[in-house]
Amino acid sequence: MTKDVTEDVKVIPGTNAFISTIDKVVNWGRCGSLWPMTFGLACCAIEMMAAGAAHYDLDRFGILFRASPRQSDVIIIAGTVTYKMAPVIRKVYDQMPEPRYVIAVGSCACSGGIFNTYSTVQGVDSFLPVDVYIPGCPPRPEAFFEGLMKLQDKIRSEEFKWSRWR
Amino acid sequence: MEITEGQNIGLHTQELTLNMGPQHPATHGVLRLILEVDGEVVKNCIPHVGYLHRGVEKLAEYRAYPSVMPLTDRLDYISSMVNNIGYCIAVERLMGIEPPPRAKYIRTLLSELTRISSHLLWLATHALDIGAMTVFLYCFREREWLLELFEMLIGARLTVSYPRIGGVRCDVNREFLCNLKEFIKEFPDRIVQYETLIDQNRIWLKRTKGIGVISAEEAVRWGLTGATLRGSGVNYDVRKKMPYDAYDEIDFDIPLGSNGDVYDRYRCRMEEMRQSVKIIEQCLDRMPEGPILAEDAPDLDMNPRGHRMLDGEFSVWGAGLAFTDEFVTTPKGELYSAVEAPKGELGFYIVSDGTGRPYRMRLRSPSFIHASAIPRLCKGHYIADVIAVIGTIDIVMGECDR
Repeated sequence: MTKDVTEDVKVIPGTNAFISTIDKVVNWGRCGSLWPMTFGLACCAIEMMAAGAAHYDLDRFGILFRASPRQSDVIIIAGTVTYKMAPVIRKVYDQMPEPRYVIAVGSCACSGGIFNTYSTVQGVDSFLPVDVYIPGCPPRPEAFFEGLMKLQDKIRSEEFKWSRWR
Repeated sequence: MEITEGQNIGLHTQELTLNMGPQHPATHGVLRLILEVDGEVVKNCIPHVGYLHRGVEKLAEYRAYPSVMPLTDRLDYISSMVNNIGYCIAVERLMGIEPPPRAKYIRTLLSELTRISSHLLWLATHALDIGAMTVFLYCFREREWLLELFEMLIGARLTVSYPRIGGVRCDVNREFLCNLKEFIKEFPDRIVQYETLIDQNRIWLKRTKGIGVISAEEAVRWGLTGATLRGSGVNYDVRKKMPYDAYDEIDFDIPLGSNGDVYDRYRCRMEEMRQSVKIIEQCLDRMPEGPILAEDAPDLDMNPRGHRMLDGEFSVWGAGLAFTDEFVTTPKGELYSAVEAPKGELGFYIVSDGTGRPYRMRLRSPSFIHASAIPRLCKGHYIADVIAVIGTIDIVMGECDR
């Protein structure tokens, strides 16, 4: 006799056991503690700081900023990416452990924005696999939350991303 | 152990080159410093800039004068209003447009609000870098209040584009003024709160007193401006020396330091926030009635909201459309005009060739000039003090790299 908690999780009464798929458990763990990397590039980083500070408080979603790429799950590209900066971002991204996610924040990171010039990368997706785009110049902290929740939704629907052979 | 003793037993020390940034949580964006260190002591420091070079100056050459405004927002994105106002004043002086008194007072008021919000972010990050987390949370609490005020008036939180060449976009409303009065009533107490946390804090004093000392003469020679200069005791403020907007009608003091170290610059900025509150109070008391946009203002494609349109502004609207034309004549010549941004003297040097677009727009950005002084301020200090120095000169890379 088992009891349904959610769709795919069955708790066995009287024991400390439940039955579920590995996908479900792994994804639950991942989306509950997304640690983004502190990587402010430009204007959007100020709104990112506002989202992390007292009023909006990202901590309540289990989202804590880490200063090292080795300890983080998601890199938030907040601001304009220049050709001089792009190799650095790529290097930082390569240092992150799998599974890793990318959020492009702001018009500049999404598409180059108003800076269609000789020095600006027209969209960070030209060299990184972007998971979520958050448009805006800069986006409000609420938009940040929406973007992070979208990423959580995306992680929840992942399959077989827990094994080496995928 | 003495180094000489180490040499006796066959050990030797050598200078180490340490790469700090562009990805570093305390470099305020994408500043990169190459430090040559002997143990913990910085022997030399080379700042590398250009990681946020977006080509704003070049982009400005391809836009009509009014359309350059959104670019100036994104220079010093913490105090975008002051950049806008600085640009507007430069173009107004070029064209000989005089904004109406009410617009001048609104601009002065919002400049000071922006100064408070910029100094709050400076204090938050500076204290966070040195290790005081609570100050960060407190400062952002008040900063959020300010951003809500901006949103109430303008609709944007950070990149405002509120002033116009020859005035401002929309008038202040009663809701905004009520909230603003509440804010300035409350804010001096909040400054005391921050000071209670760090002013007498032994760690704070140890980390800031006697660090990054620069004498008055040397500060002038390095071209420092703003609170970074005034911390050394030089009484130079663009608001007093070359008054713009309504500053010549307003009574306020310029706080000065004496030692020129990180602590004195911190005191200067804290006092500046108090002076800003004083200026805002005076602006609210004295704000005259009247139009908010000059009759001859070239107010382009972003016209004031319909219900706020005044009588004279329909003609203005027509002038704006004509203005984007290449063959509209503006006075030929060149002009330098400066405003006191929260970081220092922000100057716009505009060369006009008589068309509707700037032939060249050069920015004198305080952050760029302050960045050049980092090696001077860091030399001989510990690596940890480099962080305090970067914080104290209040650098913003958007403005530095342009």
